[in-house]
This record gives sequence, structure tokens and C-alpha cells, in this order.
Amino acid sequence: MATGKPYLSPGLPIPVAEPDGLSQPYWEGLRQGRLLVQRCKACQGWQWGPEWICHRCRSFDLDWVEVAGKGRIYSWERVWHPVHPALKDHGPYVVVLVELPAADNVRMIGNLLGDPHQAVSIGASVAVAFEHHADADPPFTLAHWRLA
Amino acid sequence: MAPRTLRGRVAIVGIGETTYYKHGQAPDAEFKLALMAILNAAKDAGIDPRDIDGFASYSNDRNDPSRIAAALGTRELRFSNMQWGGGGGGGSAAVGSAAAAVAGGLADCVVVFRALAQGQFARFGQGPQAKTISGDMAFQAPYGLMSPGQRYAMKVMRFMHRHGVKQEALRAIALASYHHAQSNPRAVMYGRPLDEAKYDNSRWIVEPFHLYDCCMENDGAAALIVVPAERARDLPHKPVYLLGASGGSDHRAGAPSHNVPNYASATFASVAPHLYAMAGVKPGDVDVVQSYENFTGGVLMSLVEHGFFAPEAANDFLHLENLIAPRGKLPLNTSGGNLAECYMHGLELQLEGVRQVRGQSTAQLPKADVSMVISGPMVTPVSSMILGSEATL
Ligand SMILES: [Zn+2]
Repeated sequence: MATGKPYLSPGLPIPVAEPDGLSQPYWEGLRQGRLLVQRCKACQGWQWGPEWICHRCRSFDLDWVEVAGKGRIYSWERVWHPVHPALKDHGPYVVVLVELPAADNVRMIGNLLGDPHQAVSIGASVAVAFEHHADADPPFTLAHWRLA
Repeated sequence: MAPRTLRGRVAIVGIGETTYYKHGQAPDAEFKLALMAILNAAKDAGIDPRDIDGFASYSNDRNDPSRIAAALGTRELRFSNMQWGGGGGGGSAAVGSAAAAVAGGLADCVVVFRALAQGQFARFGQGPQAKTISGDMAFQAPYGLMSPGQRYAMKVMRFMHRHGVKQEALRAIALASYHHAQSNPRAVMYGRPLDEAKYDNSRWIVEPFHLYDCCMENDGAAALIVVPAERARDLPHKPVYLLGASGGSDHRAGAPSHNVPNYASATFASVAPHLYAMAGVKPGDVDVVQSYENFTGGVLMSLVEHGFFAPEAANDFLHLENLIAPRGKLPLNTSGGNLAECYMHGLELQLEGVRQVRGQSTAQLPKADVSMVISGPMVTPVSSMILGSEATL
């Protein structure tokens, strides 16, 4: 599911893959509305964030696998004090750390859509919401979460 | 073969600092501040600064030992060491490295120092200003998670949820630092007390951190001098021996994007047992603790992981009366620490740990034979150390 208006004000740093390309498949996946996580072809273990090697079996043969955008809130915070000029007049916003049961509970950071003053519960079920910035230079997509 | 330990092998014989300033207000160059702190430590130790032959620091301190050695006219340079990674988590590790160098015969007189003049360089608490971002921060900054406070609030929120820790527990930690700063003329917050109402009414920075849960940012420098234990007895001050030092982090602490397995942690789960094993003491033997406050929630988890109380007992233990000198159960941050003395990237805590054993603190305990310093919670690597008086050897 895609979002409408961006959750945060424009002007924050735009995510791009590293020069060595490690996270390129992830960012390309988001642009297509697909949530990809690294999975080891040798031991089938999931890992996040991306790395060049599987931390379980030390295989370099890693795959990118699409996972269901369903998760649980593992932790959260409400930010009040802006540390970036783009957020100076934005007001509070909620950041969540979401674990993905479909991928061995790897965790991802995103914003929790909806009222920034809402009460947030650790353990609540959430679904991914893609926020496309097709007109940005370079274009990119973020993966947010909304209560399921 | 002798056991591999630093216990009792070296002593801290000199401590020194500059005036502590609010960030951007130091009248001197950062390099000059470093020199002043080192000279003050040498004077305190009764050592000719030309006899310093080693330097140790952390967090990519900008003041290069070869330049310092040349500037001070030291006779020779034998040890030049930087703890790699972890920012302020390297404070005790830098002392451990200096001690290992002295105990192992690599050097005879090593100074551990840290200098900061954030007015002359970038500040810590600001988000990245570049147009694009990659690597681990790319998974966080576009969602507005950029500063250390924002990074670590997430850990503390999980810990407080899991163990039912209340906001009042964090408040007690902040109150203890401010309480002790009121008797310390060096402290930036000297004469600026904090009470419960002022804490409760202060703005949120990022929940669960109020303004007073967050460290200051300051300018200044601090230094301490490490020599072999035998030599310490001939120097002016009561020797303060290193009983143990430990640094590092547990399994995959550096896993990207908040995926460390032991997430709601100050990172001391594996580090603290090594520390106690080397020092040969138990938590109940520790008289006084200086615990790095980047954020109060980090102190909470540091004290748990060093075995002072169980997570479920945090609400009962973390009351102001338990945390203040001279008679609290566990006097904490007795100089005012990073919250209220000075954010000298934690090295002011090492100096205070020494003062307590010497009997020179402005919030002195009647007896401080075993003095702990905990550096840089929630980062990786972290480190901690235990100092002891002659009676502990
Ligand atoms: Zn594998």
C-alpha cells in the first residue's frame, strides 16, 4: 500500500546505495513496492541490514528475497527536538523499530503513520506502507508502517 | 607463567583538566587545551612533562601524539594509541591500553587524554547535512532518526517497557548528577540546581528522554598519567591502582540497523564479567561509581549490567538518596558527570574516580577503596574500569 503526503518534511538526506552497491537491491525493491531482505542461499538464514557475508555460516552466496510487509512494533520513540533543518518546524513524529516474523524477526526502522501524538504499543501489528518520492533527485522510496 | 592481568600493575599518579566551558566558548584552540590538561596532569603527578613517553586516547581525538610530543619537547615517543570505535565508550579502554603498555614494558609514563572544542569543529548532536546518505544511516536518517539521542532512545524505550522501569528512575539519575555538581566549582552546572519539578516540566527531546536526561556538549580537555605501580609510591599523591579494565561488546553488537541480538542493553553484558574477574571484586565491594551519561537510560542499563541491581529492582533502587555521597547505597557521578560537570567525552569521570580514592572529591565518600568508572553505554565497543587504593592490593 502506498502513502499520500510524505510523513516528514522534504529536505532530509536521500538514501542511496553505497559506492560498492551492497544495499542497491533493497532500494530498487522499494521503488517497485517490494520489501527485500537478505537471505543466505547456503543456510537459508535471514539477515538485516545487508552485509557481504552470512554471519551464521560465512557463505558469500546471499540472495535478496521479498518478504510480506507485516511486522510487530519492537520499540518506538517520539521525536520532539529536531536535529535537522528540514524538521525545524515539523513538530513531533514517531519512529518505530519493526520486527518481521516472516524473516526471522529481523528489524527495520520506519515511521508510524497517523497521528504523531498517538499512543504506541510495543507488540502491535503493523503493515508496510511505501512512500514514493518519484520526483526527487535521485528518486527513492521509503518503507513506513501503519497499524494493521 | 604469571597470570595475564593488569591488577595492581600500574597506578594513576596525576590528573589534570582545563577550565570546562559550554560548547563553542573555549577561548583557546583545541590543541592548546590538550597541552594544558596534559601539563596540569604532569604537575599534579610531580613528573617532568618531558618524561611522558606515551599517549592514549579514543573517539578519533584530533590531537596527534607526535605533534604533542614535539610541542612538549618530550625526550622520546614510545607509545601512540587510539582506541578504535565507540566514541566515548573508549574512555576506560584508553586507560586499559595505557596500562597494558606500561605493564608490558612498551612505555614508562603514558598520558591518557581527551580534548574537545566543538566551536572549532562540528557538534555531536546534529543530523547529517549532506543531500544523500548511504550505509547504515540510510536506513535511519530519512525517517528522522539521526542523532545519538534518537538512536539510543529506541533501546531505552524497549528496556523500560520490558522491565516496567518508570520515568522517575531516569529522573533520579539526572538529579544525582546535578546534586553533586552543586558542590563542584569546576562543574558547568555549578550553581544551577535541578529538582523534580524542573525535570518533569522540561521539554521532551525524544521520548523517553527529557532535556535533563541528555548530556551537555562542552569544550575543554582532561588528562591522567599512568606509571608502573612501583614508581607510584615515590610520587606526591596517594597512589590509585588500576585493579581491572575491560572493553568490547557482546555477540554482533555492531549488527546494522538496530539488529544487535541483545538490543535493550548498554553493551556491557560480556564486558562487565571480564572486568570483575580481573579486578577480583564483586559489585557489593564497589564503593562509588562514575557511569557515563550520554543519556540517563544508558546509566540505568549500565548499572544493571554491572550487577548493582536487577532490572525489575530499578524503580526501587534508583532513588536520589541511594545515589548521593556521602552515604547513599551507591553514590553515582559524584562530580556531576557528563550531565552537570562537563561532557569531556567521559574522561572527567576517570578523574573523579581517582579523586574519590585519593579523598579529594568535592562530594567525598568517607571510604572509597574501590572506585568504578563506566564508559559510553549503548555504543560498541564500550569499556569500564575499577580503581583501588593500596588497601585493595
Ligand atoms: Zn548462511
